[in-house]
Amino acid sequence: MSLLEFFKTKKKSSASTAKERLQIIVAHERSQRDQPDYLPALQRDLVAVISKYVPINDDMVSVSLDQNEDCAVLELNITLPEAEIAS
Amino acid sequence: MAEIIVVTSGKGGVGKTTTSAAIGTGLALKGHKTVIIDFDVGLRNLDLIMGCERRVVYDFVNVINGEANLNQALIKDKRVDKLNILPASQTRDKDALTLEGVQKVLDELKKTHDFIVCDSPAGIEKGAHMAMYFADRALVVTNPEVSSVRDSDRILGILQSKTLRAEKGEEPVTEHLLLTRYSPDRVERGEMLGVKDVEEILSIPLLGVIPESKAVLSASNQGQPVILDTETDAGQAYDDAVRRLLGEDVEHRFLNSAKKGLFSRMFGGR
Ligand SMILES: Nc1ncnc2c1ncn2[C@@H]1O[C@H](COP(=O)(O)OP(=O)(O)O)[C@@H](O)[C@H]1O
Ligand SMILES: [Mg+2]
Repeated sequence: MSLLEFFKTKKKSSASTAKERLQIIVAHERSQRDQPDYLPALQRDLVAVISKYVPINDDMVSVSLDQNEDCAVLELNITLPEAEIAS
Repeated sequence: MAEIIVVTSGKGGVGKTTTSAAIGTGLALKGHKTVIIDFDVGLRNLDLIMGCERRVVYDFVNVINGEANLNQALIKDKRVDKLNILPASQTRDKDALTLEGVQKVLDELKKTHDFIVCDSPAGIEKGAHMAMYFADRALVVTNPEVSSVRDSDRILGILQSKTLRAEKGEEPVTEHLLLTRYSPDRVERGEMLGVKDVEEILSIPLLGVIPESKAVLSASNQGQPVILDTETDAGQAYDDAVRRLLGEDVEHRFLNSAKKGLFSRMFGGR
């Protein structure tokens, strides 16, 4: 590596930061692309119902829908706080 | 069989209208009967870029509503023989365009044209939906900048699900990336996303790279599509893109900054 290149690459360029940020957000948005519009609302309602019994936050529930040829699977992931499991 | 090409992007101000004017004119110059339709209802601008703003009598919505026939509304370009322009309506009624109405007009245009270029409005709302719905091909106009790239990806998702081809389960809309307002020297300095970066993120085939160019403003000032300025970088880059669209294998140009001589490198050249 020449001295010039060394100085050029020393600091991460703003373009490469842009690229990394884009790769992450685009991948995330693509994974949500085929999801029905009601999923976020369903997730909010689920959190509300579960919170009646167990103290949980929004980010402890995740909902996703997988569609196959002849059936759709609604996958629900709820992380319960540790104390609740013990009791 | 006529082909419908939508020029779309999600984000505004990236160069859709500039591109529609250039590509449509280029296709006509190559001998294909072409019409460019302005879908930007309420914000008509293609007429200005094409220099026919004083010849608009009837518009797209008039034809849909049966207030004028196509021959009355189509504006024949004075420079290029096989080129027509169909201006947008300036109405504020956002329901002026309907899928049935648009389809009726497109079906009639198909009988007499080889290419129908649809200049989409920005956004992902009704206007953009109308412009892309019947498309066979999409030119996704993107600037090397984060919000434009993200919006282009959004538009790709919509092209794959909310078009007639998608709904009927036919061959999907053929997607092309057109990277515009590209500054090779800024890319070389690490200040701007490069063409490879954008291709990698969007993963659709590259149709062309249009450099950031003074020629574009100058052409729009004069009401002349930039592709007619054959001596300019942007004009030549659009011509290359048209030839690729028609299936020619043309090498990409304007991807590197102009080589600077020793003199300019020593004195004041960046
Ligand atoms: N390659 C380019 N170089 C310099 N300026 C450009 C280029 N392409 C577009 N522009 C400018 O960007 C602005 C927006 O272009 P326009 O085609 O109207 O975008 P859109 O239709 O996507 O809103 C205009 O001022 C135009 O002159
Ligand atoms: Mg426009």
